[in-house]
Amino acid sequence: MSASTAPIGPAFLERAATFVRACFTGWFNIIITLSCIALLVWLVPPVVNWAFINATWNGTAQDCRAAGGACWAFIREKFWFSIFGLYPYEERWRPATMIAVLVAMVLASTQRRFWNQWLLVAWVVAAIGMWVLMAGGVLGLSSVQTRLWGGLTITGIIAVYGVALGYPLAVVLALGRRSKLPIIRWFCTGIIECVRGVPLISLLFMAAIMLPLFMPEGVTLDRLLRVLFAYTLFTAAYMAEVVRGGLQAMPRGQYEAAEALGLSYWKKMRLVILPQALTITIPAQVNTFIGLFKDTTLVVVIGVFDFFTTLRSALGDSAWLGFATEAYVYAAVTYFVLCFAMSKYSQRLERDFTPGQR
Amino acid sequence: MSTTSIPMPRAKPLIPLPSGHDLKGIIWQALLVIAVIALGWTLYNNMLANMAARGLQFGFGFLDRSAGIPIGESMIPYTPSDTYQRALIVGILNTLRVAVVGIAVATVLGVTLGVARLSNNPLLRSLVGGYIEVIRNTPLVLQLVFWHAIILQLPSVRQAINPLPGLFLSQRGLKIPMLEPNQALTAFLVALAAAIIGWMLLLRRERARQFATGDRRSTLAPGFAMLFGLPLLAGLAVGAPTVSWPELAGFNFQGGLTLSPEFFALLIGLVIYTSAFIAEIVRAGIQSVHKGQWEAARALGLPGGRIMRLVILPQALRVIIPPLTSQYLNLTKNSSLAVVIGYPDLVSVANTSINQTGQAVEVITIFMAVYLLISLATSLVMNLYNRAVALKER
Repeated sequence: MSASTAPIGPAFLERAATFVRACFTGWFNIIITLSCIALLVWLVPPVVNWAFINATWNGTAQDCRAAGGACWAFIREKFWFSIFGLYPYEERWRPATMIAVLVAMVLASTQRRFWNQWLLVAWVVAAIGMWVLMAGGVLGLSSVQTRLWGGLTITGIIAVYGVALGYPLAVVLALGRRSKLPIIRWFCTGIIECVRGVPLISLLFMAAIMLPLFMPEGVTLDRLLRVLFAYTLFTAAYMAEVVRGGLQAMPRGQYEAAEALGLSYWKKMRLVILPQALTITIPAQVNTFIGLFKDTTLVVVIGVFDFFTTLRSALGDSAWLGFATEAYVYAAVTYFVLCFAMSKYSQRLERDFTPGQR
Repeated sequence: MSTTSIPMPRAKPLIPLPSGHDLKGIIWQALLVIAVIALGWTLYNNMLANMAARGLQFGFGFLDRSAGIPIGESMIPYTPSDTYQRALIVGILNTLRVAVVGIAVATVLGVTLGVARLSNNPLLRSLVGGYIEVIRNTPLVLQLVFWHAIILQLPSVRQAINPLPGLFLSQRGLKIPMLEPNQALTAFLVALAAAIIGWMLLLRRERARQFATGDRRSTLAPGFAMLFGLPLLAGLAVGAPTVSWPELAGFNFQGGLTLSPEFFALLIGLVIYTSAFIAEIVRAGIQSVHKGQWEAARALGLPGGRIMRLVILPQALRVIIPPLTSQYLNLTKNSSLAVVIGYPDLVSVANTSINQTGQAVEVITIFMAVYLLISLATSLVMNLYNRAVALKER
């Protein structure tokens, strides 16, 4: 505890003094500083008043309207709904367990000492287990239809399965694009560029509306599976470009050395090239993943209730009308915390991977 | 399981038959072609069967039928009784409109923010940094819905906010003054274009002169003379272009240009989101120029502005242009999120068309093709520009 009170020491004062001095050297700087302060004075007090001082943390919609500030009681009321959506109430332990497993897996994956093939195996097992747990129908679990899945759970599912299914496809596409065989190269380049050239929304529409038309008669595909199909394709195309960057960054000597050892194409890639190419592109992969994670919100256009859409549907509750801003702030903070953590993590990796660049 | 034998390099065959390795490649490719054709054929037949079962026929004939889709805003004359073809064109134009305006505004804002991010002033630096992080780390859908909600909560038309003369902000959107399209405006624009081209030609001649003789004359005086003189002459000849100012008349505005709440929300959302990414690209680009370049330019005695223009910017642009291109493409593709807030862009019109006609495959093919074309065209233009600024190795 004593360490946390230390910052008001000479070092901190020194830094503060430098900051203030830099703000007030030269008349141009002074003008900028004063405008910034004016902006803060204009912006911060009303926001603080609304979000904290006049806010209602506990109570009913009437209490909120009387207080006039932010109605965090609304978020408290809808918190579990925003996590689980319409998933049956008695069965909520299942998505809760799923999220716990997901968080544990993600935390484990951030540790570099776990980066080996067993992590991959663990992810495959976890992914299958998560689906079984959510869908049920076996092992004495009651069956829950995917249209009842919702909230943060489904945002996590789309992101995780999109990457789990899209990543292997991305590696194949990237290898294909770098292949010496022209037809395979054109095919992979075509897929990558076509998917990257159109908005995700159009892929989602394609999956939602067009895919059923392509199925043999009598076969219907679950809506969530169709979303995952589009999202996987999208993930694969964007990740493929990142992986291709890694492949291109490998020095020629690595390829030549592997060939000189007499390794076949697949052995060369699996044992020599890919382990290095994938590792050096991990920061770029995390950045791509942040973008993909934010894009999970697009499933709103075909009526899948992800975290944000679930929250928006909660706005229609007649007992709690008129608290849209609170819902948006809550959603924004949630996404921000998750994405910001990922981006900081990716920056740290990038620093670790470039020695001597400090 | 593992075989430990190392294959020995084979001698080259005398006749250039496909060797074992090449043969394997050919087989792989043939398999791929067969698989793609088989899959395509199966899907096509499934589609025909499914469409027949729903009483539909594959084809683009429906484009000539009357659409009956009401579209709130359009750049060309449009009524709901027009054809699907025209409705889709209205959608494409609306997409292009928001994309072009958005790209222009986002570039200006993004460059400003990127430069502010590198300011000497630590307060400004950290404020802009925080802003960029917040914008970059929240989903665009959320931001669009947020801006749309804000605009809908603005005061009604009668109490419109009037921050600048001629600018009215209300729940009906933004009203701005507009130059009236007439002969005078055409003459004015032609004169302006002529002046700009004239200045550029003059600049080119002076640059050639400097190359040849080392001497350089300023083009400022004749340039400005052209820039102001030619439009003035045009004004004297045909008459000055007239401005239509928005005015409150009864319950609505008369005159001026209206940006609908949907268009305005989409534009703000796209601009703010994309400009945060552009700011980071610009910052990285400027930082990528080595400190030695600044020092060398100063040692040559170049003044500050010219250091930026002649030394730093050309080098920074090389780093900036490629990622900037993908941001422009992202903005265009992201404009399809218009459907979330009800702006009638291509996706929105196409979606309604699908619901009405059931011709999903055809409509989706059309709008995917349009986006691909836009993407390709933007890439092409930016690649040409990139080639112009790229490092010329001699």
